Amino acid sequence: MTKGPDPTERRYWLDDRANVDRLVRGFYAFCALLLLLDLFVPKHGAFAIEHLFGFYAFFGFAACVTLVLVAKQLRRVLMRTEDYYER
Amino acid sequence: MSVELTPGLILILGALPVPLLWGRVRSIYLLALPVLAFALMLDTPNGVFGQLELFGLQLTTARVDGLSRFFGYAFVVAALLGAIYALHLKDTVQHVAGLVYAGSALGAVFAGDLLTLFLFWELISLASVFLIWASRTPQAYRAGMRYLVVQIGSGLLLLLGLLLHFHETGSLAFGHIGLESPGGVLIFFAFGIKCAFPLLHNWLQDAYPEGTVTGTVLLSAFTTKVAVYALARGYAGTELLVPIGAVMTAFPIFYAVIENDLRRVLAYSLNNQLGFMVVGIGIGTELAMNGAVAHAFADIVFKALLFMAMGAVLFRVGTVKGSELGGLYKSMPWTTGFCIVGAASISAFPLFSGFVTKSMVMSAAMEQDRFWVWIVLLFASAGVFHHAGIKIPYFAFFGHDSGKRCREAPLNMLIAMGLAAALCIGIGSLPEFFYALLPFQSEYHPYSPDHVTAQVQLLFWSALAFAILMRTGIYPPELLSTNLDFDWFYRRLGRSAAGAVGRFAARIWQAFAGAAAAQTSRIVEKLGSHYGSGGIPARMTQTSSMVFWTTVLLAAYLLLSYF
Repeated sequence: MTKGPDPTERRYWLDDRANVDRLVRGFYAFCALLLLLDLFVPKHGAFAIEHLFGFYAFFGFAACVTLVLVAKQLRRVLMRTEDYYER
Repeated sequence: MSVELTPGLILILGALPVPLLWGRVRSIYLLALPVLAFALMLDTPNGVFGQLELFGLQLTTARVDGLSRFFGYAFVVAALLGAIYALHLKDTVQHVAGLVYAGSALGAVFAGDLLTLFLFWELISLASVFLIWASRTPQAYRAGMRYLVVQIGSGLLLLLGLLLHFHETGSLAFGHIGLESPGGVLIFFAFGIKCAFPLLHNWLQDAYPEGTVTGTVLLSAFTTKVAVYALARGYAGTELLVPIGAVMTAFPIFYAVIENDLRRVLAYSLNNQLGFMVVGIGIGTELAMNGAVAHAFADIVFKALLFMAMGAVLFRVGTVKGSELGGLYKSMPWTTGFCIVGAASISAFPLFSGFVTKSMVMSAAMEQDRFWVWIVLLFASAGVFHHAGIKIPYFAFFGHDSGKRCREAPLNMLIAMGLAAALCIGIGSLPEFFYALLPFQSEYHPYSPDHVTAQVQLLFWSALAFAILMRTGIYPPELLSTNLDFDWFYRRLGRSAAGAVGRFAARIWQAFAGAAAAQTSRIVEKLGSHYGSGGIPARMTQTSSMVFWTTVLLAAYLLLSYF
């Protein structure tokens, strides 16, 4: 295993920041399309809430934002140094 | 079965000659054993085998039916994948421990009575701990010790429970047990420890990340899935399992988000996936049971795949800490690809295995109109994609380029990962073949347009949340840290308490010893006054003492002669 960036090393497509931005913009557009798909697919879910427009998309988004923000706050209570149990 | 024995014994007894073999012969032998066990299983019709009577107890060492056969298949697949993944390894201890471990897991699954189950239950613990100790670090030694204490504790509860159960029912047969009797409650807790129920879970996140590169792959497959099987056998439809399982799906994902050690992240997500199975067993309908066991099978494969990918990173780079990694897709493109297949499978993307198994449990909850259970499972589904589906591949292989460059994983590891990935895609894309193996009767069709749309929306918008949080810098960075979990109560509070008790006992002991010493010296003093230099015996010379004792003896003789 070698360490550190090597100037002669091959540059990958993802190494270019502009390409990453392009990828992310494409991803945003795809998410928007998926949301619109909701208008065309007939729903058969058992719960009324499933029939709301974009329920699954918005639920997934909200769930993950909540998850991350709560977990971030949990760090204040739970986080210790790495060698906490070894000391 | 031509030979009346549990398929587990093939692996357990087969492990014995391993130390005597080397090189290519050993490799072929290690691969042949799981294949042989699989062939024996295929050749065996449903029924009970290996019955024997021991001290008047009727034992059934091998009961083959739909449920045990299904887990049997899952376990030989895991044993074979694990064997291929570990082929490069020279460490005999790990090969032997791995085989005995896999064999005892098979033995437990085919056990027809509780005593046989107990024996294999304990052998699972004893064999598996060597896969942790084989890391040969002080941390691994201590984590292994804690693991062993918890596992043996589970075994003792099982033994106590089965004795009570035998006393109550007069039978050792391993069928439905239920929570109606004290014995049943004890056995439930024994299973619950191994299944990592909330608050009984921490041995898993403590020990698995300390296991060896190859050992943790096996650990992730067997111990907890034996517990899932045992719960499915003994406690199907037990309502209490539904809330327990729902909590299991939800709380570990918060830890997974902030955990830095990526194998520990996987341990938390293993806990979360077990929750889906436990909910399914608690609901107990045929669809839910099928979902639970199908998801156990799928989880064995994709969790092994993810642990193999992280193991390969650990093997090549020497660490799996998210804070130290990044950009490894350049060095390990194949491992990256296989890891993404595992990530897609655990996240339940359509065409991958998790999609066709996990949704059965969710549909079963829906059928019974259990809204809140369903919402929690949906939250956990989004969450598992977030921490296992995105976080694992992102921080290891993409993200910030750590500048670390290494070689691709060894060929045998790549083959094992490739086979596991193929299985994940095969199960997910052609579910009807997989469903045909399921033990219960129920029709299920995962690929309806609204189900696929809903799942893709849920997952992509979860990824959207990740992308936005990442690019706005809100996402918490990976940090070198330890996060407190329930194990704090025994690793820190318990140790402090034990220390305090120890000091208190020492003080009591000192007080007692001081008093005893004072008393002893008083006695010695008293003896000294009689027998010391001033006492009567000491004042006598040798002749006079001889005369004295002769007089005493004669007097005694004279006295005795009167009677």
